[in-house]
Amino acid sequence: MPILLRCHKGIGPTVTGTALVAADNFSARYDLDRTKGIFSRPSHKLARQSYADRILVLDTAKGGVATAWMLHEMAARGIVPRALIFNRVNPILAQGAAFGGVALADRFEGDVTQLFRTGDELRVDPPAGLVEILNRDC
Amino acid sequence: MRLSDEEQAMLAGEFGAVRRWGISHQIAVGEFFDAADFVQVSQAHIMADTESLGEAGVRFLEGLAASPEAERRVRVPTITDPRGLDFAVYRRLGQTDEMAALEQRAITALRAFGVLLTDTCINYQTIMAPVRGEHMAYGDTGVVIYSNSVLGARSNFEGGPSALAAGLTGRTPRYGYHLDAWRRATRRFRLTAAPRDLSEWGALGGIVGEACGSYWEVPVIEGIETVPGSDALKHFGTALASFGSVAMFHMPGITAEEPVFAGSPPPAIAIARDGIEAFLARFAAPEEKLDVVVFSAPQLSLFEMEAVGRALDGRQVHHDTTVIVATSPEIKHAADRMGLTSRIEASGAVVAQGICFYQSYAREMAEANGWTRLMTNSAKLVNIIGGYGYRPTLASLERCIDSAVAGRVL
Repeated sequence: MPILLRCHKGIGPTVTGTALVAADNFSARYDLDRTKGIFSRPSHKLARQSYADRILVLDTAKGGVATAWMLHEMAARGIVPRALIFNRVNPILAQGAAFGGVALADRFEGDVTQLFRTGDELRVDPPAGLVEILNRDC
Repeated sequence: MRLSDEEQAMLAGEFGAVRRWGISHQIAVGEFFDAADFVQVSQAHIMADTESLGEAGVRFLEGLAASPEAERRVRVPTITDPRGLDFAVYRRLGQTDEMAALEQRAITALRAFGVLLTDTCINYQTIMAPVRGEHMAYGDTGVVIYSNSVLGARSNFEGGPSALAAGLTGRTPRYGYHLDAWRRATRRFRLTAAPRDLSEWGALGGIVGEACGSYWEVPVIEGIETVPGSDALKHFGTALASFGSVAMFHMPGITAEEPVFAGSPPPAIAIARDGIEAFLARFAAPEEKLDVVVFSAPQLSLFEMEAVGRALDGRQVHHDTTVIVATSPEIKHAADRMGLTSRIEASGAVVAQGICFYQSYAREMAEANGWTRLMTNSAKLVNIIGGYGYRPTLASLERCIDSAVAGRVL
């Protein structure tokens, strides 16, 4: 039976995909080379890794407001995370997810960077406030 | 969310498709943060540089801007954050005609909404500072943290789409820093050494920001014996917001509201001189060839422009180094009138208006000019610019200028 985790009601569509997890934070401006679709900030724990079509699992948002436009721009070019899972986001990530149509979930019981593992197959259901880990059993 | 009759009508499209988009977007965000209702705002401030917007964002703006005028005009004074380029200097900086063309399309679209193109992230120093208790929809983290903390205004970080929506609807969801409950202090820091210049005020913001690491933390900084000026608090706040995503701080006796903790105050974390020096040392690169020196992030006040001019008087920037000084259009005009621009440019430095460097295709500028080593007195900029391929060094304004003249990091 898949593991089912509850969170606050999120934003965006229900999606499935593969998790990319790190105990680090996120800003589309600070951390990404959006042309190449990789984390470009040398000190980021996901440096040089591709985020395209992955379900990003990170701690929280960094400063900056650019992500509010950039998720939309990334989605328009088809080089965008499939979903975002955070412990707790700031308004910019929520606004960016709402504008860009990217699935977003936060406020779980427990640390998402420990609950999820890189490579996990996830079903993210923001309207229901639920995330399923499809490849692991309770 | 509880909606008024007018808000229901907006949502039903009775005020047109543009305002329906705006309030629908705001409801999605408001419900995510459990907002009970909306609050009226008296200004909106849109971050809409074309590097962030991209072609898709510009097309989105153009789509809304094509609506009938009565449906698309903003309802409250709505201003802009820095643009993607300055048309007067973009070729000199290695930006392209294609970037300029996209920028012009964004400007045309924003004007169609009745947006005032102030192109500044220091509107609290140059346009219209908010007053205590005034609700705003500000779209720059430095503007938000200064307004919430120093001035006692009330704003969340409002990204470009949300700030535009607020301008169109005249309101924003009431959550976060619009509410007393989220303005309570959560962390304490005690300073035992005073920052000596703006780069050290930024370093202090970086230290506190890294320790807080969340939009929902409100630090109190104690032990400040001399009242910092507006530029010091500007650099402190922008670095705190950048390193920590923090939107409000308290300095007892200095900032607008006395700190109130939800429970017992937590123990204070001490910050001493060695902490500030260790922060600066993280970015040290002595004797390295210096490609570009940037004074920006935030844009420079008139007093900072004067300080740059004074430090450059009678000196020439090294031929292998570029110096960029970015300020707001209002301050640029004042600097022109007062002879500051010509004093700065006589050294070979470039004065740009209405941009803030990191919002200006920084990666493409680096590639076009072969820039790697960047030096600045802005802690915010050193935090951001590594992801764009730069190796940044943080130092005082005077040391940045001395290094620019030498062509290497001193």
